[in-house]
Amino acid sequence: MNSFLTLLHRETLGSWRQGGSASMVVIFYFMTVSLFPFGVGPDSQLLATIGGGIVWVAALLAAIVSLDRMFALDVEDGSMDLLVLTPMPLELLVATKALAHWLNNLGPVIVITPVLTLFFNLSGEGFTTLMLTMVLGTPALSFIGAIGAALTASLKRGGVIIPLLVLPLYIPTLIFGAGAITEALNGSAVETSSLLYLAAISTFSIALGPVAAAAALRVTME
Amino acid sequence: MHRFANPARFQTLANAILPWTFGLTILGFGLGLYYALFNSPPDYQQGESVRIMYVHVPAALMAEGVYVFMAVASAIFIIWKHPLAALAAKSAAPIGLVFTGLALITGSLWGKPMWGTFWVWDARLTSVLVLLFLYLGYIALWQAMDDATKAAKTSSILALVGVVNIPIIKFSVEWWNTLHQPASIVRLGGPTIDSSMLTPLFLMITAYAFFFTTVLIWRLQGELAQRKLEKIFREQSK
Repeated sequence: MNSFLTLLHRETLGSWRQGGSASMVVIFYFMTVSLFPFGVGPDSQLLATIGGGIVWVAALLAAIVSLDRMFALDVEDGSMDLLVLTPMPLELLVATKALAHWLNNLGPVIVITPVLTLFFNLSGEGFTTLMLTMVLGTPALSFIGAIGAALTASLKRGGVIIPLLVLPLYIPTLIFGAGAITEALNGSAVETSSLLYLAAISTFSIALGPVAAAAALRVTME
Repeated sequence: MHRFANPARFQTLANAILPWTFGLTILGFGLGLYYALFNSPPDYQQGESVRIMYVHVPAALMAEGVYVFMAVASAIFIIWKHPLAALAAKSAAPIGLVFTGLALITGSLWGKPMWGTFWVWDARLTSVLVLLFLYLGYIALWQAMDDATKAAKTSSILALVGVVNIPIIKFSVEWWNTLHQPASIVRLGGPTIDSSMLTPLFLMITAYAFFFTTVLIWRLQGELAQRKLEKIFREQSK
């Protein structure tokens, strides 16, 4: 428990200091979401319909942008060698890092999302569903992303290949997350099943993502 | 199984069966295409366009099957450390990629006259598109890593993580309301296709399978030759 908290604290400090990813990610997210009205035009009816999907895609991209810092930096400067030698199981190490990624990078994204829904004129029902999907679905982004980050941890240009590995695995999360919002806007009741599927994907990835990522880390650390 | 980890022994086996698989591929395609194009009836609804099925369905089956092959080979590599298993998966990936692309393209061409659209975002088409991306990511990971052993191990993990997509593809037409038709061959209650169409279909599937085996053996032999060359270069530069 002690090592878990210490590592969490270390990751949090690292994210928010100079050179950390947290502030960059939230600004990137904000800018990406703002780009779409320029691309598709300011028609507020259209924006209300596609707003949920845009916010979700931007959150996905924001998660990916910060993934390559999860393990690669520690592998580079040798701290990963030391962390691997601790009595902490590697799966717990990965889970802690993924949790830290979610809290520090996607947490601010979730916090800033209500402001962005003003850009898209998202109604009350759509807004609550959006926030619910983000809270339920973004853990999946961190924990699945941890697999991609671990696979490429020892590569020099690992950041370039991470989207290619991780985006196909993100697609179900995106489908259910954006789908729930569309269903809520259309007034149908099936959004509950989408939300449940989203929660299932998150739970699944929290449970099994660290196992796959730890196996990948063991390979890269040889 | 580890007997064939010795490349020389594998080569003997490969050289023995290669002429057979090659011959059976040619025979299979010859017979299959004859049956598909000439010796089978047009559909009562779709007319002659149904004949795309004989190219599209085997390609789609092989696209999924090759990924399962890759996943099994990757699992064998991770568990038993059989060196040829990882190379087999690496060799199979581009073939599976081409099958997936072929399935998507022929399906798209079939969809335009049948459904009125080249593409629709239903569960089956989307999950096969995800399969395409998974193949691309797998191939990219192999190429990105410098150390061959690390590349083999990380790619194996990636293949196993992605295999969760295969049941989604297979059951997508049952779990969701899709434009793509539900299963007609591998289903409870047996196939719903008449034997006059089932025969050319099975012939084509067999031809595709032998094609895959032939090209897989060629690619594996190529991989082993490349390893041999690299070893020679390494020893010369010492």
